[in-house]
Amino acid sequence: MNNIFVYCEVEGGVIADVSLELCTKGRKLADQLHCQLEAVVIGANLSGVEKQLYPYGVDVVNIADDPRLEPYTTLPHTSVMIQLIREEQPQIALMGATTIGRDLGPRVSSALHSGLTADCTSLEIGDHEDKKNEKVYKDLLYQIRPAFGGNIIATIVNPDCRPQMATVREGVMKKEILSKHYVGTVKNLEVSRYVNDSDFVVSVIERHMEKSKVNLKGSSIVITGGYGVGSREGFDQLFELASVIGAEVGASRAAVDAGFADHDRQIGQTGVTVRPKLYIAFGVSGQVQHVAGMQESSMIISVNNDPKAPINAIADYVIQGDVNDVVPKMIKYYKKNTK
Amino acid sequence: MNGFKIIVLAKQVPDTRNVGKDAMKEDGTVNRAALPAIFNPEDLNALEQALRIKEAHPGSTLTILTMGPGRAADIIREALFRGADDGFLLTDRAFAGSDTLATSYALAKAIEKIGRPDLIVCGRQAIDGDTAQVGPQVAEKLGFPQITYAEEVNIEGDVVRVKRRLERGIEIVKASLPLLITVNGSAPECRPRNARMVMRYKKATTLTERQSANEDYLRMYTSHPYLNIEEIGFKDLDANIDDCGLAGSPTKVKKIENVVFQAKESMVMPATDHHLDALMKELIINHTLG
Repeated sequence: MNNIFVYCEVEGGVIADVSLELCTKGRKLADQLHCQLEAVVIGANLSGVEKQLYPYGVDVVNIADDPRLEPYTTLPHTSVMIQLIREEQPQIALMGATTIGRDLGPRVSSALHSGLTADCTSLEIGDHEDKKNEKVYKDLLYQIRPAFGGNIIATIVNPDCRPQMATVREGVMKKEILSKHYVGTVKNLEVSRYVNDSDFVVSVIERHMEKSKVNLKGSSIVITGGYGVGSREGFDQLFELASVIGAEVGASRAAVDAGFADHDRQIGQTGVTVRPKLYIAFGVSGQVQHVAGMQESSMIISVNNDPKAPINAIADYVIQGDVNDVVPKMIKYYKKNTK
Repeated sequence: MNGFKIIVLAKQVPDTRNVGKDAMKEDGTVNRAALPAIFNPEDLNALEQALRIKEAHPGSTLTILTMGPGRAADIIREALFRGADDGFLLTDRAFAGSDTLATSYALAKAIEKIGRPDLIVCGRQAIDGDTAQVGPQVAEKLGFPQITYAEEVNIEGDVVRVKRRLERGIEIVKASLPLLITVNGSAPECRPRNARMVMRYKKATTLTERQSANEDYLRMYTSHPYLNIEEIGFKDLDANIDDCGLAGSPTKVKKIENVVFQAKESMVMPATDHHLDALMKELIINHTLG
């Protein structure tokens, strides 16, 4: 009772990375709260799936295995989650801020009247004092996220409602095996007790899934263009530099909104989080929501003609100049020095 | 088939996409006056989908519903100018401080008051919070199934087919009415204002907006009832006050901070050939590059 739940996404028997990242985080929170970490896996052909989860410190794997539960549709997964949460009363429930988690989470929170915070960039345990009602709450989940277009950072708590729910984007938390030998227990759920036939009113007729061509997370060098790049043509230069030095190209939200780059290249709170060896930001001002997605880069270079751009504060090197001038020079001198 | 009853949910938001340097005050709070209030972009995509369905199914009606302060009537007029039939402004001090859950509660109660529709359409998320929660939460409260991230919607007979845009691909799903659909920003853009509709609705106002108007104005609304944008307050709803506004919001903001980055000691250099040559050399030698 009052454990931590992680809703685990599964496709073709494989647990999604974002879910393993959340289990890693969930383990740490469970240790602080002296409770157990439970995973919930809803899908089809799931036998043995618990073996993927135990190494991350999962104590209990709740499994709802039924051919009708994969691919994901909203209502059946919602029904399983709602009833399981009512039975088990977890204090915290975490989900990936993915197309699935962001479809499922609000539905579950609405049914349970529990608070849900989207796209958290950090989760911590702490106390909360409600000064107006003179009440002190121990060991709440601090749900921390940039807000208001990423200009401020907010700490959200759910003092009275349970579970405390939060979604987190892929890559924000680190995936770390606790122990190869960690073993928990499996709880197989009797699916017919949790879902109704009427939950299957929406059915998937066709699916075309492809592996993303953009691999920002796996690249050791990321070069990112911001609004200051000015155009799609400006980004073409960045792609040229990227192919020369072996980097992947990212973009700030402002650049994506302006149509300079595609959405799957967005770095930041509502995009991808990266931790490369080298991060070069071209014409990126450095809003909080962007910095949230790249501040753990080992080395940061900022190229900007605004000496007061906030990103400069966290940069190891600040090159004051125009993007269109600096990119060709970088290409030139990289080639010259590698000859 | 006599067409569908469609409700579009829309929100007026501060334009956080183009935040200038004056958007934050010295004390770290948001300077709302520096941000223009706009029709939430993805709600415009939603309006376009709803208008297409309305056109494909003669006899359909399109009602726009928004929750917000008095000035949010602006976006109802914007929707009327583009082809909505009527609009409701859900506005009351009792709703102040609502989080997504309290917002969806008020919206669901307002929808019950207006009359449950066949179809609810809204944008995937609003740019001031990016939560993408209100659509699904409203659907749950009304017991409607939901389809999120829609890019294309077609209704034939009683079958709704929706193309969804997901992170790693697309999905085509089939459902029936009633239904709530959230529309993705990758769906077609909303049509511009229609000049004829602008002429027809430019004087459409709420009662509050009319209160300072002269008598001729008042008479005009009696003879042209379609110019009335109806305001709905808490007392008009069959709602519980403890579920509204701040009291009805499980999430509380504990702390808001203007972030100060952990500043590093940066090496600042001009973009000269000499400096860039030296920098590239250094990065190659210490194996950061190559």
